[in-house]
Amino acid sequence: MASSVIEDDTPFGLEDAPTRSLNMIEAINDALDIMMSRDPSVIIMGEDVGFFGGVFRCTAGLQEKYGKTRVFDTPINECGIIGAAVGMGAYGLRPVPEIQFADYIYPGLDQLISEAARLRYRSAGEFIAPLTVRSPFGGGIFGGQTHSQSPEALFTHVSGLKTVIPSTPHDAKGLLIAAIEDDDPVIFFEPKRIYNGPFDGYYDKPVQPWKKFPQSKVPEGYYSIPLGKARKVRDGEAMTILAYGTMVHVVEAVAREKGIDADILDLRTLVPLDIEAIEESVEKTGRCLIVHEATRTSGFGAELSALVTERCFYHLEAPVERVTGFDTPYPHSLEWAFFPGPIRIGEAMDKILEA
Amino acid sequence: MANGPTGNGQVGHNRPSLRLHVPEPKFRPGDEVDFSHLAVTKPGAQPRPDESCEASETNPLATDLVRVLGDDNQAYGPWDPRLDPDTLRAMLEKMALTRAFDERMYRGQRQGKTSFYMKCTGEEATSVAPAMALASDDMVFPSYRQQGILITRGYPLVEMINQIYSNRGDKLKGRQLPIMYSSRAHSFFTISGNLATQTPQAVGWAMASAIRGDSRIAATWLGEGSTAEGDFHSACIFAAVYNAPVILNVVNNQWAISSFSGFAGGERTTFAARAVGYGIAGLRVDGNDPLAVYAATQWAANRARANGGPTLIEHFTYRAEGHSTSDDPTAYRSAQEHTEWPLGDPIMRLKDHLIAIGEWDEDRQSALDLECAEKVKAATKEAEKNGILGHGLHHPFHTMFEDVYEDLPWHLEEQAAQAIRERKIKWPQA
Repeated sequence: MASSVIEDDTPFGLEDAPTRSLNMIEAINDALDIMMSRDPSVIIMGEDVGFFGGVFRCTAGLQEKYGKTRVFDTPINECGIIGAAVGMGAYGLRPVPEIQFADYIYPGLDQLISEAARLRYRSAGEFIAPLTVRSPFGGGIFGGQTHSQSPEALFTHVSGLKTVIPSTPHDAKGLLIAAIEDDDPVIFFEPKRIYNGPFDGYYDKPVQPWKKFPQSKVPEGYYSIPLGKARKVRDGEAMTILAYGTMVHVVEAVAREKGIDADILDLRTLVPLDIEAIEESVEKTGRCLIVHEATRTSGFGAELSALVTERCFYHLEAPVERVTGFDTPYPHSLEWAFFPGPIRIGEAMDKILEA
Repeated sequence: MANGPTGNGQVGHNRPSLRLHVPEPKFRPGDEVDFSHLAVTKPGAQPRPDESCEASETNPLATDLVRVLGDDNQAYGPWDPRLDPDTLRAMLEKMALTRAFDERMYRGQRQGKTSFYMKCTGEEATSVAPAMALASDDMVFPSYRQQGILITRGYPLVEMINQIYSNRGDKLKGRQLPIMYSSRAHSFFTISGNLATQTPQAVGWAMASAIRGDSRIAATWLGEGSTAEGDFHSACIFAAVYNAPVILNVVNNQWAISSFSGFAGGERTTFAARAVGYGIAGLRVDGNDPLAVYAATQWAANRARANGGPTLIEHFTYRAEGHSTSDDPTAYRSAQEHTEWPLGDPIMRLKDHLIAIGEWDEDRQSALDLECAEKVKAATKEAEKNGILGHGLHHPFHTMFEDVYEDLPWHLEEQAAQAIRERKIKWPQA
């Protein structure tokens, strides 16, 4: 099977493009800026995204540059934000609504699940919903139970939606551009713990800014990363690790620390999923660890585990393991007890290797 | 605390006991119906403010009832849209055709040609008259009982029936429940089936039109029961905040399946009065008076087109028949409600008006009714050539997997292959 994996740090024929070192917020802002300038149908709306530029500053400067009718604040009403975006998409605009925290997206779920995800199907292609819903997700910032959740599995379960989660500034820009250009509705979850720098799982250590890391080198100008293509973070033989978002950095650090020759895939897009890359890796290593921050039961890890077992069973030399958040709300004071950190991941790695 | 949340409800103090109010309609099956409590206003008595007025100037109209046609079948007052006889006859024809269509489709469902149908009997004016007052390219976001819009906009009856039968000719590929039409060419948004979801979408479309400096406006329809949904609040607040060029039509037909309007707050105030709280224009009209409905839509459309912003219109009407073919209203409401409804029937009222002004007669009405029935019959025969709802073989199995996404991802490709294998086992001769 031909590999569809794109090697790490290969900027897709953009080797000679000038780069800047950006954090993930700046990379997202850059993608939005580029798409707004390229396509007048792109508009941005959301709570506090206008004059203020968003609570995480992802839309900073865009209202000033593109005007109040293309970048504007909204009522605190996620159903209205998504519902209006669906109507704008039907008109022919390409809305990029921001939901301030993924934890706030639930009032908009019906508009996403019953409407945006189904428009193309139920109208046999007469109407589409080319929206990209951006939303910061995940914990690790002491956000408590309402600013820390990882609800990606609610969306991967919905046919008609695509779910994208970047783990580096380079990917955030290219994937966001691809998501905005995509004619299907895309949920774009931004791991807010790594907005300013990658995270190795040790919460008591100071944040290392992105500019110290090569993945912060973001080509200038337009480029896109196709949805549905995983990124090979590290080539190895001992076990396959499937992760996305913040956890990509944590598993990389734990494998390094433990001296495990892991084959690490950053999935980048959960739906559509790069199944070829997963199969190729697991067939090579015979062992598979799946890591996500979201709660365990019916999490996306369950889907990954089932797929690996169904498709790679005769290559497996150990049971597939999942490391996840616990099936509790995200507790404020015990946030680092909830977080699937180095201990939980390390134990699972040992278990897989001992099998 | 002696009686906390887990207490047995026996009060140990001298505060009065609380009582839960559960609304109850005035009449149940078998009851004598007396509608004298309904304030039926005098036709022509309601003021018509300038279309560019402050929204608050419409506040009295949100609890009034705009009426044009009098008991003597003449048109009265400032809301009379003064339509020429040809336009009035066209309106009558579209309403009659809608009713004839409903009759035949209802029978078709009973004959097993399809699974489901919804009539709009008694409510024809609330879709036909607005469709005539709007521009043909104004975008409409209907609910499930506005077939009159498609008929008025000239959507072929055959296409409607193909959709209702989910047959080979169904442009929606047999995917949607009957009557959940879609026609982009007729500026008619795909009908959802989830309630009130179309309302913030209509506002979003209207916002987009304003963002682009377009001249087209949007209009949406929902039932009074659906106004209880959060989506309707979302629509109102977005419409108000951005002064969106949109018309929010609340069709108050008194019943949401078996729940009367009291379960949407109708006991306390009118549905048009929702507009007052949002600071947008609100009109309450006699929904069985086609001239009043036309005039209200025209007023709101002119206002929206001139950047005057949104209008909420409550169409006060009555659902003359069941909610759908799956409903039996005799189980929960008095049959007399329909016969006693004080605002009459919209088709009869327009017909009587045309006769009163010397532009119509009973013979022509009989001829029109016959012509409508024949048109529908011919369209039905034509559509039946494409099949009726049946064994599921009208559309290639692969179409089940298309349009979920723009492109077919690997997992759907695999599932499509499975479905096609199953087909060969289930229907080997097909």
